[in-house]
Order: sequence, then structure tokens, then C-alpha cells
Amino acid sequence: MKNKIKVLLVGNPNVGKSALFNALTGKYVTVSNYPGTTVEYTEGEISYKDYTIKIIDTPGMYSMLPISEEEKVARDLIIKGNPDWIVNVVDAKNLDRMLPLTFQLIDTGIPVILVLNMMDEAKRMGIEIDSVKLSELLGIPVIKAVSIKKEGIKEILNLLISDRGLYRQKSINFDNEIESEIQRLSDIINNNDFKISKRLISIMLLQKDVEFLTLFESEGKNDIINFSDISRRKLEEIFRVSLDYIFALKRQLIAEEITRKVLKKVSIGEESRFINFISGITIHKVWGYPILFFVLYFGLYKFVGEFGAGILVDFIETNIFEENLLPKLIVLIEKTIKNEYLKELLIRDYGIITLGIKYAIAIILPIVTTFFLFFSILEDSGYLPRLAFLLDRIFKKIGLTGKAVIPLVLGFGCDTMATMVTRTLNTKKERIIATILLSLAVPCSAQLGVMLAVLSNNSVLLSIWIFVLIIIFFIVGYFSKFYIKGEKTIFFVEIPPIRIPKLSNIIVKTYTRLVWYFKEVMPLFIYASIFIWIGRITGVFDLFLTIIAFPLQYIGLPYESAKIFLFGFFRRDYGAAGLYDLHKQGVFNNNQLLILSVMLTLFLPCIAQFIMTIKERGLKMGLYIVSFVIVFSVLVGYLLHLIINVILGITL
Amino acid sequence: MTELKEKQEEILEQLWVSKNEKNKLSVTYEVLGVQKNSEEISLLEKEGLIEKDDEKVWLTEDGNKRGEKVVRRHRLAEKLLVDVIDVSGKEIHDTACKLEHFLKEGIEDKVCTLLGHPKTCPHGNRIPPGSCCNLDVKVGDKYVVPLSNLKFGQKGKIVFISGISDKNLQSLASMGILPGAKIVVKQTFPSYLFGIGNSEFAVDKTVADAVYVRIEKD
Repeated sequence: MKNKIKVLLVGNPNVGKSALFNALTGKYVTVSNYPGTTVEYTEGEISYKDYTIKIIDTPGMYSMLPISEEEKVARDLIIKGNPDWIVNVVDAKNLDRMLPLTFQLIDTGIPVILVLNMMDEAKRMGIEIDSVKLSELLGIPVIKAVSIKKEGIKEILNLLISDRGLYRQKSINFDNEIESEIQRLSDIINNNDFKISKRLISIMLLQKDVEFLTLFESEGKNDIINFSDISRRKLEEIFRVSLDYIFALKRQLIAEEITRKVLKKVSIGEESRFINFISGITIHKVWGYPILFFVLYFGLYKFVGEFGAGILVDFIETNIFEENLLPKLIVLIEKTIKNEYLKELLIRDYGIITLGIKYAIAIILPIVTTFFLFFSILEDSGYLPRLAFLLDRIFKKIGLTGKAVIPLVLGFGCDTMATMVTRTLNTKKERIIATILLSLAVPCSAQLGVMLAVLSNNSVLLSIWIFVLIIIFFIVGYFSKFYIKGEKTIFFVEIPPIRIPKLSNIIVKTYTRLVWYFKEVMPLFIYASIFIWIGRITGVFDLFLTIIAFPLQYIGLPYESAKIFLFGFFRRDYGAAGLYDLHKQGVFNNNQLLILSVMLTLFLPCIAQFIMTIKERGLKMGLYIVSFVIVFSVLVGYLLHLIINVILGITL
Repeated sequence: MTELKEKQEEILEQLWVSKNEKNKLSVTYEVLGVQKNSEEISLLEKEGLIEKDDEKVWLTEDGNKRGEKVVRRHRLAEKLLVDVIDVSGKEIHDTACKLEHFLKEGIEDKVCTLLGHPKTCPHGNRIPPGSCCNLDVKVGDKYVVPLSNLKFGQKGKIVFISGISDKNLQSLASMGILPGAKIVVKQTFPSYLFGIGNSEFAVDKTVADAVYVRIEKD
């Protein structure tokens, strides 16, 4: 039996945690979503000497008092995960800004190793750190590392299997009044369900940490809650400001003091000129915008649209499915299955194989894969916060902040996933606005890909389609800002330097997202085929088609288009794929194609997104949003019909 | 120059405002709320700051200058109370009246500098400029202003953060945006970009207005 050791990698965002994780674990990695969240964390296991070491890469965090969902997950892993070690990864260049978290980790009582990462960058900038002295001051082991070059890895591994009792971790001291309240609180916290110190629990109670307060409340320990309330009020009367502030200030002061003692600036070096240049120009007040345009143009239009939805879809659909796979499967099934109904379910026009699986694998898979590749590159290069910075001003006009770029751009991949990610926005108002915009005006990658494929040989149609969607996006956003009540929101974000993404990280990320996507999508595609099959057998399908086709004729749309909307109800991309099929058969003229494309993009989100909207926003708000979307899309369709066919009377 | 009592300063202030902002050269005893023969009035007359007849009082040229200083101190005091100390309501005026009395020349200019040589008081009235205000344009003296007032390349130290919620304050603090942090402004459009140490942060105008910085010269 090998000895098992559990290790958490913890640190601020953008300090090279993932790189260290890769260097420690090699490639045996599982990526999972933390239960009930969209937050991903990676896990890996290695054998080292007589030990099995399990390493968990936690999401970036700034403090033990969580603000974002990522921080909440990271903290949960620390206080509930029962680790043997915390490896605190810091960016050596920014030691003074990183130490406050180190102090809090030391306060957990869990053994901490401090890893000064990115030492190469620090050296280039002329920074030298006395790690022996730092280790003495903190009472924890300190190791210098360059994760991407695997420097320092052996030392870390050796420490992990060494005796944990060798170090005496030093807590920092707050003012006497605070320390005595912490002490008194610690004394009455008797049984400790967590493996973290009473000191840290006391500090968090003083800072009104919701999770610990509710926990003690549920355990009926009102004495602890009352006591912490009294202590807090007492201290706030003394200091006259929020205690969070006092704690943060003290930690920062000590961090700076320690940094002064251990850090030497030996020469004035500079970070790589090229990286500096790119970092600067991508947020430049003028050049930032053309670059943004090019990133989106090449990323979304060229790579996802033309390459993914064009070349790849063509290849998989035509060369693999239609010419090889499908004919063989159909022959095989024709031979083995005699029942006509079953054949219809599997291989006829709307069959599970001929429609469901073909759509999912031949059309949707290449498109979402290319999108998720693109998105992972945006993420790992440090471009997303820059996008947020560049767009914050514009987004304020529609009641959002720059932070909303993450769900909104992700929406171009999968609106369902993006709806879930709206959770990361600060206020309820922002979350509602973002959900509406995702439901209405942000086409998902599958839909986008198909639309681009359908419209790309007619640049007039394509331009009008894009133009109408952008206009709607801003008009709806603008009005939402006024009609949806809520607090004013603010924007602040750390801008990391631009980094060249690591291929292995990109692949792992893309893969995880694809797995999530297919778990969500595949069943729906198959259910859709089954529902349509039942609907056709019973005649309900035709009834629905007639009902849907009725209003559509007033918008000048043919009967067949009703099918697309019915499909679209199962998944938006399913409907779009239906449009693609019908378009290939030459059913529509250009006017109809444009109106349909716009309506279908705006129309009801797919079932998955609908369910997610209700899950995230509640039943009432979810139904409001969906009804609005349906009515709005029909209205816009009618308006376009009026303008193009009736008033202008043109043929596009 | 003899030291004036609080009540006398108030009279000068009232006369100055009437003359310079309401175009009324004189004010009656009734409006001033003093007796014709009161100690305050006779003392001010003796100092050559005012002249009087049976019904009203008006400022001399010296009195006008002295009045301007009192008004300046009063309005600076109000500005200090509202912007920095975060006092609101009726307390502003009452406390400012007391505070102005203690703002001696020299200190007054330091307060003015601290506040970034404001042009108007919280009520929107003009603050008469002092000698420090003209000096500043040339020298670029250090003073405390919101981060949003800084220009590209300017450096400073965060002095305090006010005007945002505790929760936001806490997140800023955990990122290292705290009093004492040295910042350098790198961009002011489309939002504010500044560096602390070797890190960069982007914030919007609301945050940039809340973070007060003492500008430092190289």
C-alpha cells in the first residue's frame, strides 16, 4: 500500500498555477466541474517514491473571503477538501501583492509551501528574492520555480513527502483589540468540523462570512453567532470602518514590510519587449479596437465560420456521412430490421441516425469544437480581460459591465453554457439583461455556423442579418437598462500580461467543454427525433406544423419553414440545421431566407437553454423572458416583411 | 492683523456674499442679526474693515479682502467635510463655521492643495482662489484627487477609498488596491488602467472616482 498525500495548488489568478500543475502531474489529468457550478478544476495523480500524490489545481482566488464563484470553489476545496498540503503559488514579480493570501493560508493551520513561480521573468526584470529569509519570516518552506521549464519541481515533490511537522507557521498579528476578540471567539468554537484553524474561522466570522454564519446557525450555535456579532460591533466602533478593510490593510502592510526585507532589485531589467508591446497594444485606446475586430473576424468568422462550419462540416457531412457511413448503415438496418415504424425511427427523414446523430456529429461537432478552441485560446492568452476593458464603456450603455463579455462571447459557442455563466456577473440586474440578450440576439456557434454557411454566398443578406442583430442587441439592451430595476454596478478587473497559450492546456480545456456540451446535447437530439417520430405517427406533428405555418404566411414564409421552428424548439442549432437542409433544396427565395434567418436567430432558445434560464433566473422570470423572445422575434419578422416586401418591394 | 472672533468672521462673510454674489452693497443690522452698537460692529469698524450708518453696514476695501478669505476658508472647510470626512446634511454648515475659524493661513492653503484646488464648494458656490491655486498650475504640487483626475503617466499613492460598497471595497482590497499602494496611470480611455507594482488593473469611472490618490512627482 502506498501512502497517499493530497495537495491543493492555490493562488491568485494568472500566477502560472496550471503550468505548475502540468509540470507536477504530466498528462494524467481529469477536469471536472465543481458540483453545482460552472467552475472547472483539474485533478491529477502521480506516483513519487513510495507515495501517491493527488494534486488539485484550484481556481484563482484573491482572498479567503470569497467574492466570485471561482473563489468560493477554491475556498471550499481548502476548508472541506481536507488537504495534507497547500502549495501556494505566487508570481515572484508581485510578491508584495500575493503575500496577503499567503498569510490567510497560513492561518488555516494546514501546512503551506510557498512557490515563487515565474522566477525567470522576475530575474529578467532584475528582481532577486532571498528565499531562505522569506522562509524564516513566514515559518514555511519557500521554493523558487520556473514551472514551464520544470525548474523547482523536484524540490516541491520532495517537500510534499517530507515531515510536515518540521515547520512552525507564523501567523501575522493584528492590533491587540482584534487579537483578543479573535482569541475569545476561538475559545467558544468548541467542536471544529473543519480541518482548518479556529483562528481563521473566528476571523471569518468577524468579517461576516455568510457560509460560516449559516453553518453555525443551522447547528443551532446561536451563542457563537451572537458573540461574533458583539465582537464585530465592538471592533467596528473602535476602528470606525469595515473590518474587512482593517484586515486587508494590515496584511498588505506586513506584506510590504516582508517584501522589503527579502526582495532586491539588482538591475533594471525589462520584460520581453515583444510581449510588452502586444500587452499594451491590445488595450490601446485606438489600436485596441481594430485588433478586437480582427480577433473576432479571424476567430469567429474565418476559423469557426468558414473553417469549422464550412470546410469541416462539408467534409464530415458529405465525405464521411453521406457518402460512406449513412448508406452502409441504412443498408445494414434495412436488412436486419423489418418493422417499418422502427425503420422510420432510425433511418427515415427524421430518424435518430439520419437526422439526430447526423446533425450532432456532422454539423454541430465541428462547429463547437472550433469555437471552443478559439475561446480557450482567448482565455489562456489573457485577452478576455482586455476585451472586458475595451467594451466596458459600451456595455454600460446596456446596463452591463465589461465583465459580461465572458458570458456573451461564450454565448457564441453555446448559449446554454453562457446562461449558466451569467452567474459570475455581479448584480441580479446584469444577470437578467445578459440572459435576455443571450436568449434573443446572440446566436450560438452551431446556429452561427449554419447561418454563415447559408448566407455567406450572398454578402448583402449576410450584412443585413448581422446589422439587424447588432441593432436589436443594443436596442433591447438599452431599454432593459431602464426597465429592469436594480443596483448600479461597477467594473474592475486585473489585466494580466499577454501570454502565449500552452497547447496542452488549450486541448484539455476544449475537450472538457466538448464533453459537457455533448452530455447536454446528444440526448436532446435523440429525443427530438423520437418526439418527431411519435408526432408523425400520431399526426400531432402535422397539426403543429399547420398551427405554426398559419402566422408565418402573413410574413410571406412558405409552409416548410414551420418545420424549422418546430425543430428549433428542441435546439436552436437543430432548427438552423433544418434551415440549412431546406435551403440546399432551394425552397426559399432570398427575401424569405433573410427574414427566416433573422427570426430563427431571435426565436426561442433551445429547450436546454430554456431549462437553464428557468434554473438560473427562476420560473417566473424565465417564462417572461421566453414569452418576450417569441413575441419579439415574430414582430421583427413581420416588420422586416413589411419593409422589404411591402414598402420597398425589392428582391434581394 | 488682529484675530477676529467667530461672530465677526460671520458678519464679514455675510457682507462679502451680499456684495460679491448678490450685488447688494450694504446689509441692514436686522438682516445681520446684530445691534448697531454691538461690540462686534464697533470692533470691525475700528479695524477699518467696515463702514456704517444708522441702518446698514458695508465693507471697506480691506474688509472685502478679509471677507473673501473668510468665505474661502468656509467653503474649503465644507469641501473637506463632504469630500474627505463624509459629513452630510445640516452638520456641514455648522461644522464648517467652526472649522473655518481654525484654518489659519498656510493651513488653509494646505487643505486647498489636499483637495486639489477645488473651484466650487459642495453647494456649487465659487471658492475664491488663494495664492496656492495659481502656484499649482506651474509647480504641479502634490495633492489628493480621485484617480479619475490623473493623466496618463502620472504617479501617486492611494490615500483612501470612499463612496463604494463594503463588498466592493473588500474585493479591491484583496486585489491589492489599498491605501498606501503606489500607482501609475497607464490609460484613461475607454476606462482607467493603472499599474501597482508589476500588475495592471482596469477600473471604470465609478471606481476611479472613489480611489483618492496623492499625486507624486518623479
